[in-house]
Amino acid sequence: MNSIILRTASQLLLTILLLFSLFLMLRGHDLPGGGFIGGLVGAAAVALYAIAFGYRAAQAMLRISPRMLVGVGLLAAVAAGFLALLQGQAFLTGQWWIIGLGEGAELKLSSPLLFDIGVYLVVVGTVLTMVFALEER
Amino acid sequence: MLIAVLVSFGVAAVAPWIVRVVGDRSGWLLALLPAGVTAYFLTYLPQVAAGESVLERTAWVPSLGVSLAMRMDGLSLVFALMIAGIGTAIVIYAGGYLRGDRQLPRFYLLLLAFMAAMLGVVLSDNLISLFVFWELTSVTSYFLVGYKHEDETSRKSALQALLVTAGGGLAMLAGFLLLGIVGGTFEISALLSDPDAIRQHDAYLAILVLVGLGALTKSAQWPFHFWLPNAMAAPTPVSAYLHSATMVKAGVYLLARMSPGLGGTPAWFWLLTTAGVLTMIAAASLALLQRDSKRLLAYSTLIALGTLVTLIGVGTPGAIAAMVVFLVGHALYKAPLFMVAGSVDHEAGSRDVTALRGLGRAMPITWATALVAGLSAGGLPPLFGFVAKELAIEGLVTAPWLLAGLIASSAVMVLVVYLVVWKPFVGREVTAPTPPHEAPLSMWIGPAVLALIGALLGIAPWLIGDGLMVPAAAAVLAELHPFQLYLWHGVNLALMLSVLAVLLGGILIWRWRGLHDGLRARTTHVRFGPVAAYDATMAGLVRFAAWQTRVLQSDDLRHHMTIILGFAVVLTGATALLRGDLSVSLRHETGFFYEYIVLVLVAAAALSIIRARTPLVAITALGVAGFGIAVVFVFFAAPDLAITQFLVETLIVIIVALALIRLPLGALRGEAAVGVRLLSGAIAIVGGVLMTLLTLAVTGVPFDATLSAFFEAQSYPAAQGRNIVNVILVDFRAMDTLGEIVVLAVAAAGCYALLRRVVGTGGESPKRDERAAPGRGEGA
Repeated sequence: MNSIILRTASQLLLTILLLFSLFLMLRGHDLPGGGFIGGLVGAAAVALYAIAFGYRAAQAMLRISPRMLVGVGLLAAVAAGFLALLQGQAFLTGQWWIIGLGEGAELKLSSPLLFDIGVYLVVVGTVLTMVFALEER
Repeated sequence: MLIAVLVSFGVAAVAPWIVRVVGDRSGWLLALLPAGVTAYFLTYLPQVAAGESVLERTAWVPSLGVSLAMRMDGLSLVFALMIAGIGTAIVIYAGGYLRGDRQLPRFYLLLLAFMAAMLGVVLSDNLISLFVFWELTSVTSYFLVGYKHEDETSRKSALQALLVTAGGGLAMLAGFLLLGIVGGTFEISALLSDPDAIRQHDAYLAILVLVGLGALTKSAQWPFHFWLPNAMAAPTPVSAYLHSATMVKAGVYLLARMSPGLGGTPAWFWLLTTAGVLTMIAAASLALLQRDSKRLLAYSTLIALGTLVTLIGVGTPGAIAAMVVFLVGHALYKAPLFMVAGSVDHEAGSRDVTALRGLGRAMPITWATALVAGLSAGGLPPLFGFVAKELAIEGLVTAPWLLAGLIASSAVMVLVVYLVVWKPFVGREVTAPTPPHEAPLSMWIGPAVLALIGALLGIAPWLIGDGLMVPAAAAVLAELHPFQLYLWHGVNLALMLSVLAVLLGGILIWRWRGLHDGLRARTTHVRFGPVAAYDATMAGLVRFAAWQTRVLQSDDLRHHMTIILGFAVVLTGATALLRGDLSVSLRHETGFFYEYIVLVLVAAAALSIIRARTPLVAITALGVAGFGIAVVFVFFAAPDLAITQFLVETLIVIIVALALIRLPLGALRGEAAVGVRLLSGAIAIVGGVLMTLLTLAVTGVPFDATLSAFFEAQSYPAAQGRNIVNVILVDFRAMDTLGEIVVLAVAAAGCYALLRRVVGTGGESPKRDERAAPGRGEGA
């Protein structure tokens, strides 16, 4: 679509939306958000860019194909499940590694987080696979 | 014991690399595996000879009562030694037979994996693990029969063998589950220790028929016999191994194993003896039509399998003793005979017994092997086959009609032996498509050793009598019945009948040509029987699938949606009317004025969808309606739901708009017929009313807060999260989410494939244009 307003806006929006999508995903465990919602925002951001500049530009910006994102996402989600098996617990049991950062702040790493990242990637990959396949001619 | 199975699977997995590194001589190296396994199993001989059984139990899925329990007794040991011992000969033989074959790495992978699975079948003491190994043998057999996959006959035969045996396998699984429910355990030894509980249960007949179906299809009993001769499309090492010595005997094994629990009833006797005798008679008759050496041998295998099943059905101590001896005797002669037929095919260029003559001089070792194995197969002294056949006759002497079947089919066995080991080899002049020469060492050593073992055991049958045969029979009978094996029983009824069979065989040999040609001429146009039934079933299945696809999944989107939504509305509506007592509460709570504004907006959007003239307007209006509903979620404090709804609506509008722009569908011109529009309208209205009523009914029921309370209480302590929705998604119910993202991935792959086909840029699949329908190619 050849619109200078859309092109200019989408460049700015892309960055903001992608950051926002990561923010949504990461905060999801405690506040509204999560991998699914974050993934939808991320996909919308790239879709907007693809509408403005064409799918080739969007693909070049992404560097890897959306189908690859789907695969990596599934792998991450399954890997999160296997982390529990390594500890001798049932598949997908949550594993937590809480690192204190001093002054009451702490960094919570976990297998559910890895799982949510997998969900995020699968959602982004699925939506973009569809969008790109439609754009591609 | 489990270790032997696992090591075999492990070696199978690396076999392709071994073949690539070692090259042509890899058969000799890989044969160390089955040879080692044979030696390992021989170490169990003293314990088994002493009448003990060894049990190993490894937990697998303890929560479901499934274990990898392995049990070694006489019966298992006989089978394990046959599988590994003959496997050694086969692996060496295959190295020569398939020398230089591009797919040899794959072949060894499948062959060794089969061997491991087959060992699993005969060692498992748990019904479920037995079933898993059983199906693995079917699957590897499928790939091995279809080894020459560029040949359509191979593919069809492979599929046929798989469908028949796996279909029987499904019945068997049902039978196993019933057995597990009736007996309260899946452990075979525990089940068999209380046979009356099974035999006197109401489900006994169902169990017998279902388990019997599994065994009878696997062992190719009539009317399921037809897959076995067709499986001869496989390379000869496969036919010799899977389809004569081992896999087809899995059914025999299962029946023998289950005999103490399921056997000893009239139903058991009639089911097995009928199937066995019909198989013998059918196979003996059909063998007269054959002139291909491998198919002749396949029909003789069917005769032997029928004999074994009949003997198990009779089930007397004498019959079971005959069964285990015959089992070993058959394996020792049939595998070498197959390998000899393969060598002749390999070195002289044909399997047609009428096209070969005078090969004996060029192939002396092969001929000698063929003669020794053939004499055993024909049931002539002083070979082990003779010992086995005398016992079989004695075992069936109480049932004259079974005995008649055995004698008739033994006569045909004599004919088959003549056609395979005598006719192609005798004569001074050589007739063969290619100049014959002796097979290489790798191709004669295995069959020669097996044939010699058969000769040795014929002269000295006591070598394995007390140590192996008596414990094996004891395992089938569940009690010890000692017996002695003799080569010479004296002049008795069995010997007389044996002589009669050989004489009849002699007459068949004398009149063969005329009989064969006459029967062939009369049967070429026969279009009924089990094979026709199989073909008709398969064709019917395909026709049914085509019909239901045409009716339910037409290309027309409106038609498609009408069916899906129509069924949803009718089924939900009917259920609600018939079953549910819908108490719709119209209790009215005044809302805030802005809630009404949103409702009016949604309603207006819905109206404009109906009134829309172009798809773009319709889809945008749909988006507005969706956003309105999302706003309602915000009002009622469901932020996650609202965000998701907003995003999904946005993306739907984007994706559908893209689709509409790219696919030139134009405006909503050409309205559908009035009837169709009325139907669509009716479905929409009924659907809407139904949903409203259901929602009112559901909200009318007092809210059960048990789950909410649980998640609220557990969310932070158990899963470190305060957003319950997300914690449920990624932790409490993560397995469901995993399933959902897999569905997403599948949907993405499906969309990608479909859109590339329609919108397509080409490139990846060069043949695409040829396949595409006219007008759907590049320019569509």
